[in-house]
Parts: sequence; C-alpha cells; structure tokens
Amino acid sequence: MARTLINLPPAPKQGDVIEVRTLIAHPMESGYRPGADGKVLPRDLIRRFSCLYDDGTSREQVFQAELHAAIAANPYLTFPLLVTGAGTLTLVWEGDNGFTQTESVALRLG
Amino acid sequence: MRAPHGVTLAQGPTRRNLLTAGAGLGAALLATRSVCAADLPPELAVAVLGFARGAPVREGRVALEIAELVENGNAVPVTVSVSSPMTASDHVVALALFNERNPQRDVFSARLGPRSGRARVSTRIRLATSQKLVAVARMNDGSCWSRSVDVIVTLAACIEGDG
Repeated sequence: MARTLINLPPAPKQGDVIEVRTLIAHPMESGYRPGADGKVLPRDLIRRFSCLYDDGTSREQVFQAELHAAIAANPYLTFPLLVTGAGTLTLVWEGDNGFTQTESVALRLG
Repeated sequence: MRAPHGVTLAQGPTRRNLLTAGAGLGAALLATRSVCAADLPPELAVAVLGFARGAPVREGRVALEIAELVENGNAVPVTVSVSSPMTASDHVVALALFNERNPQRDVFSARLGPRSGRARVSTRIRLATSQKLVAVARMNDGSCWSRSVDVIVTLAACIEGDG
C-alpha cells in the first residue's frame, strides 16, 4: 500500500466549489531512464486516477485523469468539486503491474 | 469594346480575379480554422488535433500557469484552468496538457463536468528540456480552446540516467 495524502477544506457548505488535493507515494518510473547497471528501468506508472462522490442521493464519478510519463514522481493532483451534500469521496489510483489503490474520505459539511 | 490604348476594359470582376479571390478566401478560412495548429511543431499539432477530435482549436479561455524559468525539471508545478460557468448547458468536458520535447507528447488529460463546479486542475510534471507546452480544453458543445507557453528549463528531468 502506497502512502497517500488527501486534503479537503475543513467545513465546506452546500453549493461551495472546493479543491480536493491528493498525493500518492509512487516512483512513476518513466521507462526512459537507465538504472545503476545502465539498463533502462522498466516502466512503472500510475495511469489513471478517478474520484467517485457519494453525496447521499447518488454515487457518481466526478473526476477522472489519465497520467503519462511526464507526471513527476509521487503524483500530486488537485481537482475541483461542487459540494452537493455530505458524503464520501472514493479515490482510485490504477497503474502498471496491476497497481490499484482505493482510499475513501468523508466529506463533512460545515 | 476598346479602350483608348488598346486594352480590353474589364466588365466587373474577371474570371481570373474571382478565382484568385476564391482561393485567397479558402486559404484565409483554413488559416483561422487551425490558427493554433499552424504555430505548433507537427508532432505536437497531431496530439492537439487528436484531442480536439477534428474541431478547430482556438486560442483563448484556457490559462496555463507555470514558471517560465524552471530550475528543476523533475517536478514542475503546473495549473490548467478554463473560464467556463460549468453549468449543465455550458461546461468543460475534458482538458489536456501536451509538451513538445519530452519522449512522449502527452502529459495528462482530465475529464470534468458540471459537478466539478470550476475547471481548474493542478499537478507536478517533468520537463526534459526547454520547450513549448500546450493546454487544450474541449467544451460540451465540441469547441476547443487552447493556450501555449514556452518554458526554459535549466536542470532537465532525467531521461539519460543520473550521471
């Protein structure tokens, strides 16, 4: 399990637009870089990130991103979200070599 | 009908004039259609036009925030935002960032919608060398908007090893 950081503003109100900030510990090995032995290190990337928002009435994907080799190691990604109710955000990172990680975070209204 | 010096007087626009005017108009239309793609290196233009799905890519509405002088290409903060009300009838469907001189043209692409509330995405990217970056947004009506920025990189992200 990779370490993740997820940051939401402390007490958003219904109708606010908030910024969700995420970070995951991952090397994002590009597949273009030689290692210590001179051989190119195999590619190991997070390819896809998505966020599902369950606001109490529906559970929908509200954001999705495709990441490529040009994303820096330990991918940091922020995205906007319209607060439509208290609920849960489910964040999913998927990548090479079968990498998947899912984190859920509660969204509480102020 | 003869003019005093033996030149045939033109009766309104001649066929030759019409043809050249028509060709000129066509060229002008083409130029406005691909105003963005024309300025881009071919490989980058292909990536941008692929994302636009054949729609004309116009300059504007998109903002690309990045330091113009990058000291470390391994992790460069970048923010792409689009001026859009993000309502059900008028919103950004997707936005993407492309680069000119990394090994691959794609940096990231993101899908947004009315539930985003605002079109603004930030991340940190790798830059192999000084180059041009292009952010493109596709709206729900199919129109595409872009913004390009040139950045200077003093320490490149590693492609050829740590040595």
